[in-house]
Amino acid sequence: MAVHSFQEHFDSLIDRDITIEPKDWMPDDYRKTLIRQISQHAHSEIVGMLPEGNWITRAPSLRRKAVLLAKVQDEAGHGLYLYSAAETLGITRDEMYNQLHSGKAKYSSIFNYPTLTWADMGAIGWLVDGAAIMNQVPLCRTSYGPYARAMVRVCKEESFHQRQGFEIMLTLAKGTEIQKKMAQDAFNRWWWPSIMMFGPPDAESPNTEQSVRWKIKRFTNDELRQKFVDVTVEQTKVLGLEMPDKDIKWNEARGHYDYGQINWEEFWNVVKGNGPCNKQRLDARRNAWDEGKWVRDAAMAHAEKRKARTAAVKAA
Amino acid sequence: MNLAYTLRLADDALIIGHRLSEWCGHGPILEQDIALTNTSLDHLGRARSLYQYAAEQFNAMGTEEKKNYFSSVAIQNMVSAGETLDEDDVAYLRDGWDFKNLLLLEQPNSDWAYTVARSFYYDTFNFFFFSELQNSSDTTLAAVAAKSLKEITYHLRWSSEWVVRLGDGTEESHKRMQQAINDLWMYTGEMFVMNDADKDAVQKGRGVNLDELKPKWMERVQSILDEARLTLPAATWMQSGGKDGKHTDNLGYILAEMQFMQRTYPGMKW
Ligand SMILES: [Fe+2]
Ligand SMILES: [Fe+2]
Ligand SMILES: [Fe+2]
Repeated sequence: MAVHSFQEHFDSLIDRDITIEPKDWMPDDYRKTLIRQISQHAHSEIVGMLPEGNWITRAPSLRRKAVLLAKVQDEAGHGLYLYSAAETLGITRDEMYNQLHSGKAKYSSIFNYPTLTWADMGAIGWLVDGAAIMNQVPLCRTSYGPYARAMVRVCKEESFHQRQGFEIMLTLAKGTEIQKKMAQDAFNRWWWPSIMMFGPPDAESPNTEQSVRWKIKRFTNDELRQKFVDVTVEQTKVLGLEMPDKDIKWNEARGHYDYGQINWEEFWNVVKGNGPCNKQRLDARRNAWDEGKWVRDAAMAHAEKRKARTAAVKAA
Repeated sequence: MNLAYTLRLADDALIIGHRLSEWCGHGPILEQDIALTNTSLDHLGRARSLYQYAAEQFNAMGTEEKKNYFSSVAIQNMVSAGETLDEDDVAYLRDGWDFKNLLLLEQPNSDWAYTVARSFYYDTFNFFFFSELQNSSDTTLAAVAAKSLKEITYHLRWSSEWVVRLGDGTEESHKRMQQAINDLWMYTGEMFVMNDADKDAVQKGRGVNLDELKPKWMERVQSILDEARLTLPAATWMQSGGKDGKHTDNLGYILAEMQFMQRTYPGMKW
């Protein structure tokens, strides 16, 4: 088959909504785009463990501590599934780690904000996991099979996280004055970064069109953002909190809530590394990796010794 | 006395769980990060069951006895107000002198080798201890033991495998593992100290005779160290005091961090 017919075959699979599998031919750009997207997602899960991990030792009750610990552990699991999915495209986990540690690979900017109070555990679960679900549910039908299947597992757990986060917010919002203040404060700080999670506006998002064509993406950034805003406004009413955006207004004609101007300058700055915690997050990941080297080396050396001994016994 | 016995087991579980949870997000291998978090969750779960039981026993005591049982203003105020304690009050409102966990468990993570050595000593102890505690005449303790034993069996396998892996890995890992085994050795004697609560529990058929545990522990430790090509540390002066509320510097910092929410925002539901 000539290259163009490989391409035709690939296109027809995409058009018929048949998943692309690791052994199938795929255009180089498709592979590259996927590696970038999946590894970026995996890194986000791993770096995302840090801001919430901060609160494991300080959780205000034993039950909350257990739930938080289990949640952060889930995120590690998500990282694992996603690294494995990316590996099917011909990149190793170590290579991906290197890209993260060198700053070449990005991760979700939301995790470059600090977690200042316990209510942040609620706000993150509710908003950040909530936005992640909005982004990720469509990916359960994405064209690349291993990615789609990983996302099915991930999404199930993320919606669990979202409910737990909302429940923390609800407990605080219905608690004492101070607890309610804590909830509102966290909401105020996490709202804008959360709606930035959907990425730059469609007009400025160079990858969107091609990705939608490849069914790597199923909705545009702005479509997803709007959906998230609409849902969150309603949930905020249940909590009895105030929307941090004073321009939120129901638009009868559009059938959606209008929202205020997003500070994209802040967004790009955080992406570039100028967020409040970019350095701490990356340092934490690098430290874990560097300080773990002797452990990984030992595990490898031991496995090899074992193998050699077993072989020697067999030979004898 | 049974309250003291229950509480000590709960404190052990909470403090080791706390230490292991500090690794979450910072482990050397992602899979191990997950494994250690699992273990931490097991300890935390056991701590909760035991604290609930401890709170129940405390609440059943007479007011006068309750008033002076813990040297904690927060708890004394609750008692005076006629309130009952729950698992969180017991965990979050006592100061260090009312914590009875083993000194070993509050020692810092330091590095992977120290973390493994600490778990290995404790898991080995726990395995034999909870195997016996299943026969306790106290049905709650017996039930907790039966449920925990499966988890603890896994913990022991995990920490033993890592002792072997590091001991018989590279030159560096061998050195580090031996160092950790040596440095933490002085905290192992306390596991077998029979204090009043132990003696009372044994006498009433509720507790475990630690004198009988010691040779089993020693034999298992020796055999794993042999497999790991490590040396059993020489007999040395053993530290103790944790079981009587006399701790190392470490515990105060653990509690300051763990309890700050309950201290700053007292009496709230989370
Ligand atoms: Fe995610
Ligand atoms: Fe996740
Ligand atoms: Fe999540």
